[in-house]
Amino acid sequence: MTETAPAMPERPIDRSHMTVSKTDVAIEVIDMHKWFGDFHVLRDINLKVMRGERIVIAGPSGSGKSTLIRCINRLEEHQQGHIVVNGTELTSDLKRIDEVRREVGMVFQHFNLFPHLTILQNLTLAPIWVRGIPKAKAEETAMMYLERVKIPEQASKYPGQLSGGQQQRVAIARSLCMNPKVMLFDEPTSALDPEMIKEVLDVMVSLAEEGMTMICVTHEMGFARQVANRVIFMDQGQIIEQNEPEPFFSNPQHERTKLFLSQILH
Amino acid sequence: MTDTAFVRREMEPTLPPPVRTTGIGAWLKANLFSTPGNALLTLVAAAFVAMIVPPLYNFLIADAVWSDPEGLRGEACRFEGVGACWIFIQARLNFFIYGFYPTEEIWRLNLMFLIGIVLIAPLLIPRAPFKRTAALLFFVVYPFVAFMLLAGGVFGLRPVRSGEWGGLTLTLIISLIGIIVSMPLGILLALGRQSKLPAIRSFCIAFIELWRAVPLITVLFMASVMFPLFMPQGVSTDTLMRAIIGICLFESAYMAEVVRGGLQAMPRGQYEAAGALGLSKPKTMGLIILPQALKHVIPGIVNTFIALFKDTSLVSIIGLFELLNTVRAAGSDPAWSSPTHAVTGYIFAGFLFWAFCFAMSRYSIYMEERLHTGHKR
Repeated sequence: MTETAPAMPERPIDRSHMTVSKTDVAIEVIDMHKWFGDFHVLRDINLKVMRGERIVIAGPSGSGKSTLIRCINRLEEHQQGHIVVNGTELTSDLKRIDEVRREVGMVFQHFNLFPHLTILQNLTLAPIWVRGIPKAKAEETAMMYLERVKIPEQASKYPGQLSGGQQQRVAIARSLCMNPKVMLFDEPTSALDPEMIKEVLDVMVSLAEEGMTMICVTHEMGFARQVANRVIFMDQGQIIEQNEPEPFFSNPQHERTKLFLSQILH
Repeated sequence: MTDTAFVRREMEPTLPPPVRTTGIGAWLKANLFSTPGNALLTLVAAAFVAMIVPPLYNFLIADAVWSDPEGLRGEACRFEGVGACWIFIQARLNFFIYGFYPTEEIWRLNLMFLIGIVLIAPLLIPRAPFKRTAALLFFVVYPFVAFMLLAGGVFGLRPVRSGEWGGLTLTLIISLIGIIVSMPLGILLALGRQSKLPAIRSFCIAFIELWRAVPLITVLFMASVMFPLFMPQGVSTDTLMRAIIGICLFESAYMAEVVRGGLQAMPRGQYEAAGALGLSKPKTMGLIILPQALKHVIPGIVNTFIALFKDTSLVSIIGLFELLNTVRAAGSDPAWSSPTHAVTGYIFAGFLFWAFCFAMSRYSIYMEERLHTGHKR
């Protein structure tokens, strides 16, 4: 992926206030296993994410990266082990799942905006119907986030009228309107034209600068190097390496990691 | 080095079109006689039109009996070579529309129609005011008001048995109830069929497959003839009510499958995005999935409505006088004798059915265009 390098934001990141809590755990995954039928897709996953931490998950396709973060807001069900999000353990209790999802934002590869609603309605739907916020207040918040992702002028359009990069920024704003404690990104730039990757990454970087707890599945290694506290490398459903970005890229330990990095960083 | 590309230095001036791309001759050539095959088809079609239009014109207009100045009534159309007997329609119009409903009570039906139209108009017109109030009144209050006006027996209104209801009124009553009941019932069945709970899923599948596999005529016979046999002695329910219940259940099975088609077209990402925002399952269904799924299947839904509207004519076989049956009954009235009055009645009935169905069809196309936001550019 040669186009990843220029997509990286140029300006230096101010890490001074990107504080990571030492004691406050946002997400904890303990001895977690998952199967798709007979296929053992996630094997013995252990992961602790502190509040304010920004984690990038990398790995070859089919390694279970997406499945892992989809387990964190229970879009996929794990069969063994425990997942605790913001102090709530994920079980089959539907009420608790909705509780967890309210506090965990998710951005998808294919945006998944609601095509029958305007951009503004996309943003205000969940605050109004899940949080019970009055419509006027929800719209005010929505416009604020649209300003932040730099497309307030699109508020009354429909998703089908926007470009991919704009749609993904709307999707990020939609998640932020719920004021989440954690944001999950599932390959947010993989479906975008190279020209549009940067505008989405910029939004993600500014989010990181504000100290949002983030887990990103991405192939944007420039982004990982810039904002991640930790890079996690997965292969065949297992976490096989994790490190801070600098040593991860300059001195990978595992053979598979070396091979992977040599393939994507020329 | 050779030039492989031509680079224009000055703008080319606008040129007039080549000859024979405009004008009648060119239009005829392009649209009617572009190939020998098309020319032949054009000629055949023209011959067909020439064959069918004059007799139709003669029957419907030129030879038709339009007025009855001598007050002959039933005898007016009784002559050789007569065309359509329009005075028959004129004379029996009230019967076609209101059936056997007592003449002095017809104002009640008119009032019922009037209230219905006033309430339904804001629901059908986008951006009309008082939508919520109108919906509440139409779906909750109006059924009781309409029934009160129809059946009477309260507030000093003379009771009118359901056996005396008829004509277009009865057709509209049956189809409107059928449409209003089968839509939500169909949605529930479609959702139930996708349920994870085996009991609900099996019930819905069994219900849909049973009702869909039985002809409507059989359903109506069962409702009118067999159902009373199973009821305890002395308990009797209204034939019309049984027929309406039968039609509602029958049509909701069809509706369920149409709606299921829409649900299956929904990408999984929509469920996931809604779920990830913390929307509960019912809210996801009501706010995200159903609005889109139903929009996708508007043509199928309206198809079912139109079929339902026309299927109401089948209740004539269990002795109910809906529009078609009143026309048939009037046609065999011994007071009328002519070669064509019965046929004219059927033409009239056919036209009424067509007018209502066509209106539904156009309205659905209008709604489709209005709701089309998905890939609008």
